[in-house]
Amino acid sequence: MAEPLLLVAGVETFYGAIQALHGVSLEVNRGEIVALIGANGAGKSTLLMTVCGSPRARAGRIAFEGEEISRLRTDEIARRGIAQVPEGRRIFPRMTVFENLQMGATFADPAWFAADIERVFGLFPRLKERRDQRGGTLSGGEQQMLAIGRALMSRPKMLLLDEPSLGLAPLIVRQIFETIRLIARDEGTTVFLVEQNAFGALRLADRGYVLVNGHIRLTGTGAELLADPQVRAAYLGGH
Amino acid sequence: MSLAISGSSTGVLDWPAAFKDALVTALVAGALGLFIVGFRTADFGKGLGFEYQFVDLAIACGVIFAGRFALSCARGGTSVVTLLLGAGLLAIALLAPLPSAFLRTVSGLAGVALLVAGTWTSVRGTSAGGGRIAALSAASDVLGTRVFPWFGAALLGVAVVLPFMPFADQKVMDLGILILTYVMLGWGLNIVVGLAGLLDLGYVAFYAVGAYAYAMLSTQHGWSFWMCLPVAGMLAATFGVVLGFPVLRLRGDYLAIVTLGFGEIIRIVLLNWTDFTQGPAGIGGIPSATLFGRVFAENAPAGGQTFHEWMEIPFSANHRLIFLYFVVLALALLTNFVTHRLRRLPVGRAWEALREDEVACQALGINPTNTKLTAFAIGAMFAGFAGTFFAAKQRFVSPESFVFIESAIILAIVVLGGMGSQVGVVLASIILIGLPEWFRDLGLYRMLVFGVAMVLIMVFKPRGLISRREPTIRLETGGGP
Ligand SMILES: Nc1ncnc2c1ncn2[C@@H]1O[C@H](COP(=O)(O)OP(=O)(O)OP(=O)(O)O)[C@@H](O)[C@H]1O
Ligand SMILES: [Mg+2]
Repeated sequence: MAEPLLLVAGVETFYGAIQALHGVSLEVNRGEIVALIGANGAGKSTLLMTVCGSPRARAGRIAFEGEEISRLRTDEIARRGIAQVPEGRRIFPRMTVFENLQMGATFADPAWFAADIERVFGLFPRLKERRDQRGGTLSGGEQQMLAIGRALMSRPKMLLLDEPSLGLAPLIVRQIFETIRLIARDEGTTVFLVEQNAFGALRLADRGYVLVNGHIRLTGTGAELLADPQVRAAYLGGH
Repeated sequence: MSLAISGSSTGVLDWPAAFKDALVTALVAGALGLFIVGFRTADFGKGLGFEYQFVDLAIACGVIFAGRFALSCARGGTSVVTLLLGAGLLAIALLAPLPSAFLRTVSGLAGVALLVAGTWTSVRGTSAGGGRIAALSAASDVLGTRVFPWFGAALLGVAVVLPFMPFADQKVMDLGILILTYVMLGWGLNIVVGLAGLLDLGYVAFYAVGAYAYAMLSTQHGWSFWMCLPVAGMLAATFGVVLGFPVLRLRGDYLAIVTLGFGEIIRIVLLNWTDFTQGPAGIGGIPSATLFGRVFAENAPAGGQTFHEWMEIPFSANHRLIFLYFVVLALALLTNFVTHRLRRLPVGRAWEALREDEVACQALGINPTNTKLTAFAIGAMFAGFAGTFFAAKQRFVSPESFVFIESAIILAIVVLGGMGSQVGVVLASIILIGLPEWFRDLGLYRMLVFGVAMVLIMVFKPRGLISRREPTIRLETGGGP
């Protein structure tokens, strides 16, 4: 079998003396959408950030395209083609929508810019209308769109998303999930998605992992996990 | 009706809290002032001794207490108390037999400031006044967007024609050069503080490097101003990188403290490395800048030609000043131009992004350390240019000129100008450098005027004179909202 795009093997991450991840292993293959679900404080964001190099894994291996990246700096990892939509969006509030997108393209080929910006505006027409509005004055949903759009501007090989549905109305959540599906299916971008919204995430994902207190407890295809009684009880509230 | 004017600033006054706050402020001021005002060493003929000024200190604390309390009252909407206390302090300043002129000035200025603050709050407190102020500020915003693009051009126009005005005597030209030097320094520091968001309290160090580079290269190796200018800039930039590298990992307050330390270290090295820098005596006899090799002097040096001979006009001492004025104007414009260009380049955008969110920048592949270093180095380079100019203008440099207060003034220009605003820096330079020179007759108290001006600006324009950030790019069809 071909090597996975992202391989995480036996990763342990600590905050000071507190261990947040215990021997976490998972893999993400090219073109897949993989979802990671878990309760508050399970360590989902920690895992995502560890892949990005901050905090660093104290043990274990993280390989991207077969190359070890766990010793690289965050910005070096990003330049390898891993774009991150961090928890809380973290768009640049005083910059306009357009400038935010420009920032995303900092390390992209300038020749792609015109096409990429059209592609992002095509995915999120709302952003096009608000091109010259400051990021900080956008609504939560628009900010999430901007954060995803900004990440796409670098033409990443893999997109990491931390709770894109957080705090958004159900209609917007559906739109965002639909757009993620488009990004993965039509453009071949690999997606690794961290979500509280287990139902939406698992319906979207090819495969999923369940993280409990820093341990991977379950794994399977999206449909398998959706049907799993344990998952239904813990994360789907009897859906 | 009150909806239109209610803001966070008009609440109900909490008397005990206001009282306690004023008391704490006065005590802190008293503790700090104990060593500055409370006693000083004086020569009693038989050696040094202490001279105590506790009465002065107590009165100053009283003034501070009253002032602080009055400001709380204004904020709480009870501006009558503010007005009364302001009038009281002014009356004390004018009528009471205070022990020193210093106290009279302090309490007088505090009184005036309180009267202004009180009037302002009471006007805003009435619905008519509040409405009028709201309308006025809306109008000034509209005016701002219309006039703003022309304002910078108008300022530049004034700057260009100024030397040819009939009133442009030596004093005016000197002041013009001084202001432009600070405009240039402000624009240079703006790259570091305003754009990249790095609080640098030691900026004057790079100014010193530029000045000493020219002073030594010209007096010891005969380099000309124009040859030295790029070299001094490079040297200052190198210092920026060398000093910046270890400290730029620090954030906020820590960075500020370390840069402050570096600023002082450079000055102390200049002061003590006597063999190299001639220490406190300074370096004199520095040649001025020349125009295509023509010197600005009454008589030409051996083998040289003077400017007035070349132009075949009678000699005037003002020519040199006018020339220097245009040199510094050109250098300042270069700084501004480069900043403008950089803001549109990826590195300039990265500076601004870094100021807003460092974590997000890293996630986008931007290396924060390198990006900050470029800002530091480019800012330092312009300080180096300004330093070279300073040495050529003064023809004498000594460590005296590069004390911390210079860094503080340049920083104040950037902050009051509105972090990152280029025109704001010009306005702030005119206010902070121009006005104190104008008020030189006030003697030492002009620093107080300086302080009051800063406080007033911060009260009325808390985000700086011009707080609007212009996007580096906008939609070409101007029909936006
Ligand atoms: N900077 C930090 N310092 C110390 N502990 C931290 C830090 N960040 C996270 N933690 C701890 O690590 C654990 C995992 O946190 P993490 O943010 O990864 O959870 P999460 O699964 O993303 O939760 P949520 O769904 O609420 O975002 C938590 O117990 C949290 O308190
Ligand atoms: Mg999280």
